[in-house]
Amino acid sequence: MIHFVLLISRQGKVRLTKWYSPYSQKERNKVIRELSSVVLSRAPKLCNFVEWRGYKVVYKRYASLYFCMCIDDDDNELEVLEMIHHFVEILDRYFGSVCELDLIFNFHKAYYILDELLIAGELQESSKKTVARLIAAQDSLVETAKEEASSISNIIAQATK
Amino acid sequence: MNPFSSGTRLRDMIRAIRACKTASEERAVVRKECAAIRTSINENDQDYMHRNLAKLMFIHMLGYPTHFGQMECLKLIASPGFPEKRIGYLGLMLLLDERQEVLMLVTNSLKQDLNHTNQYIVGLALCALGNICSAEMARDLAPEVERLLQFRDPNIRKKASLCSIRIIRKVPDLAEIFINPAIALLREKHHGVLITAVQLCTDLCKISTEALEHIRKKCTDGLVRTLRDLANSPYSPEYDIAGITDPFLHIRLLKLLRVLGEGDAGASDSMNDILAQVATKTESNKVAGNAILYECVQTIMSVEDNGGLRVLAINILGRFLSNRDNNIRYVALNMLMKAVTVDAQAVQRHRATILECVKDSDASIQKRALELVYVLVNETNVKPLAKELIDYLKVSDHDFRGDLTAKICSIVAKFSPEKIWYIDQMLKVLSEAGNFVKDEVWHALIVVISNASELHGYTVRALYRAFQMSTEQEILVRVTVWCIGEYGDMLVNNVGMLDIEDPITVTESDAVDVLEIAIKRHASDLTTKAMALVALLKLSSRFPSCSERIREIIVPFKGNFVLELQQRSIEFNSIIAKHQNIKSVLVERMPVLDEATFVGRRDGSLPGAASTAPAPSVSLPNGVAKPVAPLIDLLDLSSDDAPAPSSSGGNLLHDLLGVDLSPASQQSGAGQTSNSAADVLLDLLSIGSPSPPSASSTVDILSSNTSNKAPVSPLNDLSPLSLSSRATSNAGASPMMDVLDGFSPGPPTENNGPVHPSITAFESSYLRLTFDFSKQPGNPQTTIIHATFMNLSSDTYTDFVFQAAVPKFLQLQLDPASSNILPAAGNGSIVQILKVTNSQHGKKSLVMRIRIAYKINGKDTLEEGQINNFPRGL
Repeated sequence: MIHFVLLISRQGKVRLTKWYSPYSQKERNKVIRELSSVVLSRAPKLCNFVEWRGYKVVYKRYASLYFCMCIDDDDNELEVLEMIHHFVEILDRYFGSVCELDLIFNFHKAYYILDELLIAGELQESSKKTVARLIAAQDSLVETAKEEASSISNIIAQATK
Repeated sequence: MNPFSSGTRLRDMIRAIRACKTASEERAVVRKECAAIRTSINENDQDYMHRNLAKLMFIHMLGYPTHFGQMECLKLIASPGFPEKRIGYLGLMLLLDERQEVLMLVTNSLKQDLNHTNQYIVGLALCALGNICSAEMARDLAPEVERLLQFRDPNIRKKASLCSIRIIRKVPDLAEIFINPAIALLREKHHGVLITAVQLCTDLCKISTEALEHIRKKCTDGLVRTLRDLANSPYSPEYDIAGITDPFLHIRLLKLLRVLGEGDAGASDSMNDILAQVATKTESNKVAGNAILYECVQTIMSVEDNGGLRVLAINILGRFLSNRDNNIRYVALNMLMKAVTVDAQAVQRHRATILECVKDSDASIQKRALELVYVLVNETNVKPLAKELIDYLKVSDHDFRGDLTAKICSIVAKFSPEKIWYIDQMLKVLSEAGNFVKDEVWHALIVVISNASELHGYTVRALYRAFQMSTEQEILVRVTVWCIGEYGDMLVNNVGMLDIEDPITVTESDAVDVLEIAIKRHASDLTTKAMALVALLKLSSRFPSCSERIREIIVPFKGNFVLELQQRSIEFNSIIAKHQNIKSVLVERMPVLDEATFVGRRDGSLPGAASTAPAPSVSLPNGVAKPVAPLIDLLDLSSDDAPAPSSSGGNLLHDLLGVDLSPASQQSGAGQTSNSAADVLLDLLSIGSPSPPSASSTVDILSSNTSNKAPVSPLNDLSPLSLSSRATSNAGASPMMDVLDGFSPGPPTENNGPVHPSITAFESSYLRLTFDFSKQPGNPQTTIIHATFMNLSSDTYTDFVFQAAVPKFLQLQLDPASSNILPAAGNGSIVQILKVTNSQHGKKSLVMRIRIAYKINGKDTLEEGQINNFPRGL
């Protein structure tokens, strides 16, 4: 299973963290610090796997962002690499050629997408289209609710004028 | 909307934080935002709850505490609208984890949402439950999740399926209720559901053997069919990755088939064809294809034997290994590791390539390859492999050297065909990476050297040469120092020259030079310096001509800040200056260290190991030789029951001599300044005549031979362990013997006879009799036995009489016992000396029949026995 997902920028800033195994806040910070120093210091041509505390961390760099997933020793590293790519493609479709800033200002959207992709550290959906459809459906639910809320507040505002 | 709220928008806060140039600026912004959010929370401001939580999540991601927002998540989750719930659940998953008590409060909301009419709200609840549920929640909500496995919408079914995985991982007992629904899901066509269902079945099989049997029986054929359909399916754009339809599903199916096929010939047989098809037909030019091949190979290796498939699998790995992509090479190495147990021969064929990978520039690959090489080593290939690795050690990366050194040492020790080769390789490792060699490794080396008597000369000369090349490696210096201390004479006289050696001329003063360099070397640590001091003392006896120079090297350490060195220096100096007559006896060569005991001790968890770990810098209150624990370990190998070195040197002396030194020993025990402690020792050494003893037989020690006092201390210092264990049992016995007994396991008499360990000659539930042995110099036939009687009961024994009988080839002489009253519960002992002369010394061992009579509370008791366990050669 995937124990956690980390997105770290090249400067070592955390852009997204998702923990599927219990880590206390203190451990989380430690893990992030340790891993960012290991991953960021690796040269570009090297393999995308790092052995770490009896686990393996699969990472891949996209522009200025490192996508890291920590998996068990006996998991399929190549598949996880493909999974990272799958996630990135979905993000790319959603944001329209995604960049780091999208993930900073719309970090919650990135989390929603991840939640449609992984649950309990296991892959949920292999179709990019399905994920996109589900996210769009939920986004439109939120939009409708917002519109309703604003129209109600307009009515109240007009009534109290 | 509240016009007085000064809350900034999420976007503005993120901008503000990003605009911060320093960490303290950022902290200030975050503090201000947090304060605003707290106020907003306290005012129960409904409109901004949503935004506040979003901000908190961002702040949380930066690593600031956000616990005060946890209750807000619960409120949002409890509110009716989808947008609130969506952000509430996201906050729940981010800000909380399963160990927080607050989480329990959400169980009820989750239960309601799992039964909600809006399927997206059900989806949110399932996602949250799947990501952070605790064991309690798993128990409470398992029925709901199980029901949702049959929900009409496939997207809910797949979420419920993954949620079930979390539940059974948390509470394996719940596995049972999920077996049938999971099997039903395997028939689905929807890929999302299928992927999650296969994963759920894999987890069920791992948790419950019942599930494994059931799924194996019912589903194997169906799964094989699913995989075949998938592998043969035409192009489908929705699931296509690099020309393969849904590699994720491929991999999960292969994984489940592996679990089902493992240990079951029938199931393995039914999947052979499809495995062969996947292994041969899958494209291997993209990551996705290789991921499938990798998984397929793993399955082939795990399922029941099929020779043809295994050959195919090993070939795939061979191809992987020569791939230019580092990722592929990495997984190949990883897989070969598992293949070793199945087919070691096939893996051996790739040895050369694997060895190349050890030298790769990628640390991950290096590590994998090294581990693989490590398992590939055997008696036949150890020589070339060790050579390759040692050669690589010279150029290897600093970070990698520790691992590499440890592995080389282990390989060399495990498979060395002969001692000289082992010593050679170890010397190479020491010269290249001595600083990475662990304590137990060089201890083992010294044990081996000590046992290889024909190689002593060779080793010491080789070390001397290596030392001349470089003194950078601490451990090399230590081993050299030790060997020169022990075998310095062989170095100078070229004793035991082997044919392969180049002749070398070393003078006595050259040998002393080495030690001088070692002791004055800036980088030398305490252990090395302490070892060098001992070695110098030894050389002062081996090379009388250098004695004065050695004294000059030792003397400056009298003022050393480290008490250990100071003490040794003072003691050794006094030995060299005043006690020439006994020096040669004192610094005899170490008795051969027992390899078997050492290995046994190393393998078992030895209490002493802990004390060797903390480095020498620890200066202990009163100069107990704990900092040089390695040395003690070496000395102490033959005594099994050595107590921890708790008592101080001063106290030991106190015990041993029975002299009333209480003020002094208190002083040293309190561990005041090093000077005062040293003074105490000086006092001890310079006592002219002892203070009136307190009625103890140990007085004899002092009064019989005052010149013995000097050795007492250094010996004591060298070996507090064995000394303290003997001090009690041997008090009253022949003083010189005892004292030296403590120094080395064998009595250092002129003939330097073999060591005879103590034995427990007789033991009943009431009484224990131990024998300690010593020989008189020049009289190997006669053994002096110190018999010590201990009372194990709670009653005092009176009228205690010990009798012994021996066969005709022995002669026995019994000295009077020290007392005829034996105090209860081990509070004292009776000591009696027996002299046994063996007329057939060397041919027959000692044997003895004994009878012990005594009275308990006036009642006669008699115990008899025969002693056959005398050490050989007495």
